[in-house]
Amino acid sequence: MSTWHDFVQRKGAVPEWPYPVNYGKVNEIVTDVLVIGGGVAGCRAAISAARKGVKVAIAERGHAKRSGAGGAGVDHWHGACTNPCSRVTPEMYTRACYDSMQGYTGGHVRYIITKEGWDTLLECEQMGVQIRDVNDEFKGADFRDDETKLMFAYDYANKHIIRVWGYDIKVRVYEEAKRLGVNIYNRMMTTSLLTEGGKQGTRVVGATAVDARTGEFYVFKSKATIIATGGAARLFLFAPEVTASGTMADLNSAGVGQAIGWNAGAEFVCMEMSGPGHLTGHGYAPYSMANASNTYHGTTIVDADGKELPWVDVFGRELKTLQERFLPSEGQVFQLGIGIGISRTDQEFRLNDIPMDLPERIRRGEYKLPLYADMTRMPELERRSIFGMMVGNEGKTRIPIYETMTKAGFNPDKDLFQAPVMPLEGYFNACYWAGGPNTPPSVRGLGGGGFLLDWNLRTNLEGLYAAAGSTIYGGGCHGESHTTGRYAGRHAADYAKTAPQPVVDAKQVEAEKNLAYAPVRQSKEGNGWKEINAAIARIMRDYCGRHKNELTLNLGLRLLKELKETELATAYASNPHELGRLLECHALISVGELAIKSSLERKASSEIMDFYRLDYPEMDPPEWQKLLPIRQEDGQVKIRELPLDFHLKPPYASTYEENYQLQSGV
Amino acid sequence: MSDKVYMVPNPPTPNKAVDFNPDICIGCNLCVDVCPTDVMMPNPEKKKPPIVVYPEECWYCGGCVEECPRPGAITMVHPTQQRISVNWKNKDTGEYYRLGMNNPPPPDTRPPSG
Repeated sequence: MSTWHDFVQRKGAVPEWPYPVNYGKVNEIVTDVLVIGGGVAGCRAAISAARKGVKVAIAERGHAKRSGAGGAGVDHWHGACTNPCSRVTPEMYTRACYDSMQGYTGGHVRYIITKEGWDTLLECEQMGVQIRDVNDEFKGADFRDDETKLMFAYDYANKHIIRVWGYDIKVRVYEEAKRLGVNIYNRMMTTSLLTEGGKQGTRVVGATAVDARTGEFYVFKSKATIIATGGAARLFLFAPEVTASGTMADLNSAGVGQAIGWNAGAEFVCMEMSGPGHLTGHGYAPYSMANASNTYHGTTIVDADGKELPWVDVFGRELKTLQERFLPSEGQVFQLGIGIGISRTDQEFRLNDIPMDLPERIRRGEYKLPLYADMTRMPELERRSIFGMMVGNEGKTRIPIYETMTKAGFNPDKDLFQAPVMPLEGYFNACYWAGGPNTPPSVRGLGGGGFLLDWNLRTNLEGLYAAAGSTIYGGGCHGESHTTGRYAGRHAADYAKTAPQPVVDAKQVEAEKNLAYAPVRQSKEGNGWKEINAAIARIMRDYCGRHKNELTLNLGLRLLKELKETELATAYASNPHELGRLLECHALISVGELAIKSSLERKASSEIMDFYRLDYPEMDPPEWQKLLPIRQEDGQVKIRELPLDFHLKPPYASTYEENYQLQSGV
Repeated sequence: MSDKVYMVPNPPTPNKAVDFNPDICIGCNLCVDVCPTDVMMPNPEKKKPPIVVYPEECWYCGGCVEECPRPGAITMVHPTQQRISVNWKNKDTGEYYRLGMNNPPPPDTRPPSG
């Protein structure tokens, strides 16, 4: 009797909603710092602020103990440049990212991440996360430093990416936040930022939210606010029945932070930047199939006859030994890891890889499908570190992969692990479980753009800060989310200490309350939230897809507006859970509008941004190599221009280190 | 005399996401509390296992299994399309295996590192 279907057919009755429902009841929370989003970034922001002695509240969509894209674990900590073994400086790493992205990434954010990433990880250790091989399981491995007991990933020579036992990292961070007295409000569907006078562009003084279990309304009044809500996974694609198990972000990922920021007048950049849908869930459950990338970097792959696939360096030269897979080659200074929030890596920083002409070699008959990971050919410590340490600690691997497969009898000491069978072009990228060709070509994903922040990780709006990988311009992945959260938290707290009391506008609160409850007042004949979400994704795929022009972009805006005023306006939520999901659809429409409006402003194509204007086909003309910060004021779109290296120009200092010394507050 | 047959919509896809063992589960609902997407709801009958209401919202993070104080009470159930995908074969014998097969091999018991 596990499922609803089972229950109702045995009992002959539909169970009542198990939580007390109280639509319209208003709860007021007054705090110094409000963190919207209780993932790893939000919890670190809260910890950092609480340590400064201010009162902190978190509004979390799910439950902060295990929520967010980082809530299910982590195995790598990228950019730990100041660790005692590292030969990569923050400046080297920052320049590598910035140059790889041809300037289209927030260099200042990256510098902060690499200056403080190691310290941020050390604090995780203090919270009880294992970051060293304290049990000497891997003594003698070439990826382990005997003195510090740190273990390194990807680039064993330069030692700037650390392997961590992070399966419970979120639990540790959550418990620390609670220990410090942070007030955590779970099941909060945040619907708006509150601003001074209720206007766009003024100081942010709080937020409104609906409890997705009870339907009660929450009015948060805060001196400072930090948005750390992650990305917008449901924007171009909505098919959870097929994709939910295969995605890297759960269904709560709906761009809520970007939406409420946009509506409050916050400034964004590069929201026109996108890429082919990646890790959309059309492939396979993360890490569940044999591959040679990321967590499985360096894995020996064989074909159906046991013939081993070669590895090559970035210049195409075949590697002679397994050990070489983890070392930069002659001509390279260091290698950047995978999954750090950039869509392109310059050749000089790329990892060694399986040859990219593998599809052609399979077609010619040189290698026979299916492919397998043959970890028995790898040294025991290398094998165990992949399957047992990293698969076992990386997000969604301890239970879904390690435990499930081990209980099913899988043993990497004896078994060949099969890679997916897919159209040959899929083998171009060694992350086979991502299942590239399985994703429809019309599915895109926003990438790289987000809140435009200054060297304090503050937005253009007074009192509003931001952090987390997919939320901000310049963000990365897991470790980067912790680090930006920690940094933003202390800056928000410093501001809160001397900031005036927040005064919320009663009319704004009332308007938000009416919007929030509209779905429960509609006729029961109204659409459910899933149909609305699928329609939003359809509009985005069609009208904000790979090829754009002014007419089609404007059609997209028109359709989003019509959807909002017609089918969404009459959509019905039969309980608080559906209400939360439907309110997320409002957020998705706002993010869609932001992406389309940003696209309209860039009247040139750009290869690095994977941005194609059929009406402006010239690729990256010099006069368009700039940022186009976009925001709303009194309902009008405002655009300005910024050079790509604005973070090293007035009013800032001209070097990364100088700016860090002046602004970090350390 | 057959069981009553009801008008119900199709079971959602995937069907269950998690499975409860009613002999071990004590209905503490810690799994319900911690689930980021509210996949499960407390059973109206106290001390009975939770009811899976939104299995298609499950992300397979495993948080519910990790939170559970009674080993074996809750098991993650990958969607069938996932179980038939995760395949391996024994290097020496060439025998094929997959998740969720009939007559699975004996479980390996090696714990993860750490």
